[in-house]
Parts: sequence; C-alpha cells; structure tokens
Amino acid sequence: MAITTMTKPASLPLDLAKRYGIWILAAAVMIVLPKIFTSGAALTTMCLMGIMIVFSLSYNMLLGQTGMLSFGHAVYYGLGGFLAVHAMNVIAADKLPIPLPVLPLAGGLMGLLFGFIFGAVSTRRAGTAFAMISLGLGELIASLSLILRGFFGGEEGITANRTKMLTLFGVRFGPQIEVYYLIAAWCFACIVLMFAFTRTPLGRMCNAVRENPERAEFVGYSTQMVRFIAFCISGFFAGIAGGLAAINFELMNAVNISGAQSGVVLLMAYIGGVGHFFGPILGAVLVTLLQVMLSDITGAWMLYFGLIFIGMVMFAPGGMAGLIMLHLPLWQRGTLLRILPHYAVMAVPVLMSLAGLVLLIETAHHQMVKAASDGPAMAMLGIPFSSNTAPPWIVALALLGGGLWLGRLYGPKLAAAFSDAAHGKDLGKEAAR
Amino acid sequence: MIFSTLNGVLYGMLLFLLASGLTLIFSMMGVLNFAHASFYMLGAYFGFQISQWLNFWVALIVAPVLVGLIGAGVERWGLRTVHKWGHVAELLFTFGLAFVVEELVQMIWGKLPVDYRVPPLLDFPAFELFGTTYPAFRMFMLLISVAIFLVLLLVLTRSRTGLIIQAALTHPNMVAMLGHNVPRVFMLVFGCGCGLAAIAGVIAGPALVTQPSMAHVLGPILFVVVVFGGLGSLPGAFIASLLIGLIQTFAIAINYSLGDMLATIGMARPVQGILNDLWQVTVAQIGPVVPYLMLVLILIFRPTGLMGTRET
Repeated sequence: MAITTMTKPASLPLDLAKRYGIWILAAAVMIVLPKIFTSGAALTTMCLMGIMIVFSLSYNMLLGQTGMLSFGHAVYYGLGGFLAVHAMNVIAADKLPIPLPVLPLAGGLMGLLFGFIFGAVSTRRAGTAFAMISLGLGELIASLSLILRGFFGGEEGITANRTKMLTLFGVRFGPQIEVYYLIAAWCFACIVLMFAFTRTPLGRMCNAVRENPERAEFVGYSTQMVRFIAFCISGFFAGIAGGLAAINFELMNAVNISGAQSGVVLLMAYIGGVGHFFGPILGAVLVTLLQVMLSDITGAWMLYFGLIFIGMVMFAPGGMAGLIMLHLPLWQRGTLLRILPHYAVMAVPVLMSLAGLVLLIETAHHQMVKAASDGPAMAMLGIPFSSNTAPPWIVALALLGGGLWLGRLYGPKLAAAFSDAAHGKDLGKEAAR
Repeated sequence: MIFSTLNGVLYGMLLFLLASGLTLIFSMMGVLNFAHASFYMLGAYFGFQISQWLNFWVALIVAPVLVGLIGAGVERWGLRTVHKWGHVAELLFTFGLAFVVEELVQMIWGKLPVDYRVPPLLDFPAFELFGTTYPAFRMFMLLISVAIFLVLLLVLTRSRTGLIIQAALTHPNMVAMLGHNVPRVFMLVFGCGCGLAAIAGVIAGPALVTQPSMAHVLGPILFVVVVFGGLGSLPGAFIASLLIGLIQTFAIAINYSLGDMLATIGMARPVQGILNDLWQVTVAQIGPVVPYLMLVLILIFRPTGLMGTRET
C-alpha cells in the first residue's frame, strides 16, 4: 500500500474514496432510508434490522471469525437488554443526569461482564465441547430467567419509558424516527468498530485460531486467550444490541434471552454467510424482512424459514455472501455476462419446483389449519380452488417433481458453463468430465 | 418415596432409550443430532394417529418402523449431502431439521396437546401403597424400556452387526478397510437410533403430554445425558440417564430454599433488593436448572464425561 501511494501520489483521493467510499455510502443509505420508506411499519422494521445487524455481527465474531459455534448467544443480548431496562427505570426514578443515547453502552458493559465470567469458563475448550457448554449456559440462564422474577420480571417481562430521561437538544426520543436515528448511529458505529477489529492483529489471530489452533499455539499465542478475548468483545456488542432493543421496545421479557433467540441469530448469521464480514449484515436484513413480510402473507412462515435454512446448509454453506463472492472471479474476468443465459434457463426448473413447493405447503396448511373453520375454499395468485380436492395437490406435486427432474437434467451443463466462465475453457471441460 | 424412585427410574429409562441412539450416532458419525428429540416427538404423534385408526399395539410396532425409515432417509439424502461441508454444517442441518419437524407437527396436529390415551387394556392401577395407586401403564413403560435395554445390550455385544458397530465406534477407518460398507452402517445406526427414540415416544406419549413443544423440552436434557455420561459410551449414558431421571423427580419434592437455609443457621433472610428471589427459590423450582449446571460443570472439570474415553 505504501509503495503504491508513493509512486502514484496523484491517485491519493481516489484511494481514499475506494477505501472509505463504502462506509460513506452505508452512512448515506442509513440516513436516507427513512425518507424513502416513510410508513410506520417500515420504520419499525428498519429499527429491528439495525438491532439485528449488531447482534448477528457480534455472533459472527464467534462463529465466522474465531470458529466457535455458540448456542447461547442470546444470554448476552438479553442480559444487556434487561440491564438497560432497569437502568432506564432507575435513571427516570432518581432523575440522574444521564441521556438515553449512552444507555446501550450500559447494556454492552453488562454483556462484557457476563462474557468475561462465562467466557472464562467456556473458552477453555473449543469445537463441539464449546458448543455444548454454550448450550448449557444458555439453557441455564433461560431457565433462571423464569425463576428470578425480580430481575427478569417473569413471563410478562420488565417495561420502561424511554421519554422520561434527561433531554438533550430537545430530543426526547418519543417518536420512532428519533429512535431510528439513534439505532442507526449505534449500528453504524458498531459495524465500523467490528470491522476495524477484524483488521487488528488480534482479529487476524482469531482467524488463525479458527483455521489451525495447533499452529497458532506454535507461533506463540495462547488459543484459549484469543478465544476468551474474542468472546468478551462479542458479548460486549451483543449487549449493545440488547440495550438498543430495550430502548426500541421499552420492554424486555424471557423470550429475548431464550434459546429461540439464540437460534434466530444463528440462522441470521448462517443464511447471510459467516465467511465474509458483510454476510451477517445481509442475513440480518433479509431474515428480519422475511420475518415481517412472510408472517403477514402466510401462516406457515416458520416452516419456510426452516426450509430456507436447511436449503442453505445443504447447497450453499457459504450463505448469501458466499454465493455473491462466488461470482467475483467472473466479474474480474469479465465473463459474468456469459453465464447469465444459463441462469435464465436454470431459473425455469427452479421457479417451477419453488412454485410447486409453495403450493403444496400452502394447500396443506390451509387444509390442516384453516379448513375446519373457514371451509376448504382458498386462492393463490387470484386462482380460486378447494384444498380438499385432488387438482391442486396433483399440480403442486407435478410442478415440484418436474422442476427437480429438469433441474437435475440441466445442472451439470450449468456447472460446466460456470467453471468455464470462472477458470477458462479447458478447466471447464475438465470439470464437466 | 418409592413412587418418586419408580418415577425417577422410569424417566431415566425413557431418557436412556433416546440417549442410547444419540450417543451411538454421535460416536459413529461425529454428528450431534439436534433433531433426535424430534424423532421422539414424531414417534409419539405417529403412535397417537395409528392408535386412533387401528389400536395402540399396532402403533407400538408400526410407528417406530416408520420413524426409523424416515430417519434412514434423512441420513441418506440429507446428512450425506451435508457431510462434505464438515461437522458444523451437519450439526446445523439437524438443528434446522428439528425446527422444520416442529413446524410440520404443529401444522398437521395443531398447537394444542392431542388426546393420546392409555390403551384400555392397561388402564388400571397396578398396585396400591400408602393409599396411593400406581398406574399399570407406567409399569408397562418400565418393562418395555428395560426389555429394549437388554435387547440392545445383547445385539451390541453378541451379534455380528453389533460387533461391527462397536468396531466402527473406535476404529471407523479400519472397519472400512475390512470391506464393510461404512456409509450403510451409518444409515442403519441412524435409522435404528431414530426408531428407538420413536418407541420412547409411543410409550411416553400417553403418560406425558403429546404436544409440539415436547421435543424442544426434552432435546437439551438429552444432550446433558449424552455429554455427562461420556460421548459414545453406552454404560455412561445409562448411568447419566438414571441419575438425571432421579434428580429431576426428587427435586420436585423438596421445598427448601436458600433463605430457609440462612434462617436455620440463624441469619436474617434478606427480603430487599432486585435479586431477592434468589433467596426464596426452592429446590423444586431449581430442578429444571440442575441438569444444565451438571453439563457445564462436567465439561469444565471432566471433559470426557463419566465413562467416556475421548474428549468432546
């Protein structure tokens, strides 16, 4: 880098633009978004996205960066959130001179504290043992949250009022839009900090510990220490996300700390792609969007969710980010356009089987859940039919089966064309054979 | 006391039916099957459905076979595809599968518990003790699980298949070298493990509650059993199952809190503060937490588990 800038001093502004352009763009998008999507529902969704981006990035610090699979990450998110809610109540009651925007920091410190305590215990071991300890700790805290009613508020949780805090510059954080900008600012700061962390020597050592712990030990680092520090920092950011959630919902309950929440963050990070920094951001945005939109459209949305996850694990372990980065060599070689016709052909069987699957699930869902009360009549894409007659089932199965069969038929050709575009003609032929 | 012991042993034996399959699957394939409790749930629901159509005794045979076939299918077309992405992907696959199974069950049988009744033939009190009766069906459950435990023991130690499985536990590569079809053994073990879980489901369904959250409730406990006993160790799983079964049953009966303890040694019971619940929680309430505490402690201090020979 130093040499390039010395030999080509004229390109310095361009270099800077290249380096920081993406951040400026991200900040601009965050500022402009509520001006484009002005509806209340969109605003709520975007707030949720901001929180989940921080949460899933903090999770990826463990899974993607350091290679630690955790099943109990909601503990730090939940504890951070609960502390923030209690802090809000205490500050409001005692009229302490603390403004709302610094509250996520309190949540973060709570996450850091418990990351420190539980990390000291669990990061002694790696791999499956670590995953099991995290599961045990997660279930432990989740069960405790229902027992210790004073701190966790039992089933109904703890509520707070964010507008009762010290007012700075006349902003009281009553309307959702003000909360959005608060979340966006914290989210942006956290993204920058977490990205910066991946660039530090410690962040690099995390990768080394993930890839080859034995060698990392030989270089002279304690893998346990590296895991421990990564775990603490990850807990800190999860706590910040929890604090943001507390401010956004003004409510924290046992669900926020449960195993289900830990599962959701795992889904987000994995669907987005754990191999790249921007993967979890993509995953958080996509999954939140799916949660909000699918739950409006269909009653079986959790099922779709699970199927998408299984599909991802089976066919695209790199997640969305992995799929995008797969096309980077094509982009660099300028052969991206060549593959598009093949994708267009492949889209036919894929869409066919997807349509079949959706029709199958929807018809089944209607027949099983709704037919008893609303009768068998239903409609999809404006076409009315009855869920208790044979035709929709036959059509669905035919679409699904036909799509899968055609896909299998064309799959090898697509693979050959892709490899051709990515590596050149000869290698492509090699792969086809 | 006797009832608690009986119930504890019964719960422990049920846990063992599940844990034995899980630990065999783990030690052979290296996959911690998150969906194992889901197969138990499928067993309970299949048992319910078949006993609605035909009767309980047909269900006891057919449901485990069906679930076993489904399990073998999952291994053949699911896990084997994921295998090339490594163990984490396999774990996540079963995680997603558990999710999907729960949703499917909710869709087909509804969110509320189904009315899965004890078969009329066994619906009578077995014996009476101190004025309380003990249902015959529970004795039947105990009998079935002990019988399966014995059969499993015999198959694993005496039959040729059992020997191959045992060999594959410790030396999978050598077994493959000797010309055995290891993937097929995997499929067999996975299917049989799921079938065992389904038997537990069929017999536990009428006694416990058959509802969509039953897998979710039992799943984590199952991991505790398997890890506590030592991964891949059947005797360990047996001891851990009984231990956890007994602990959980006895904990419910004890009504004693930390505050009471302080009171007996003559200290004032703290009633103020945000964590005052900590002093008032009784052992009975803490019961569900104990297994997880055991899991964390054993993983920290004895990572191989009670009887395990290898580290997790």
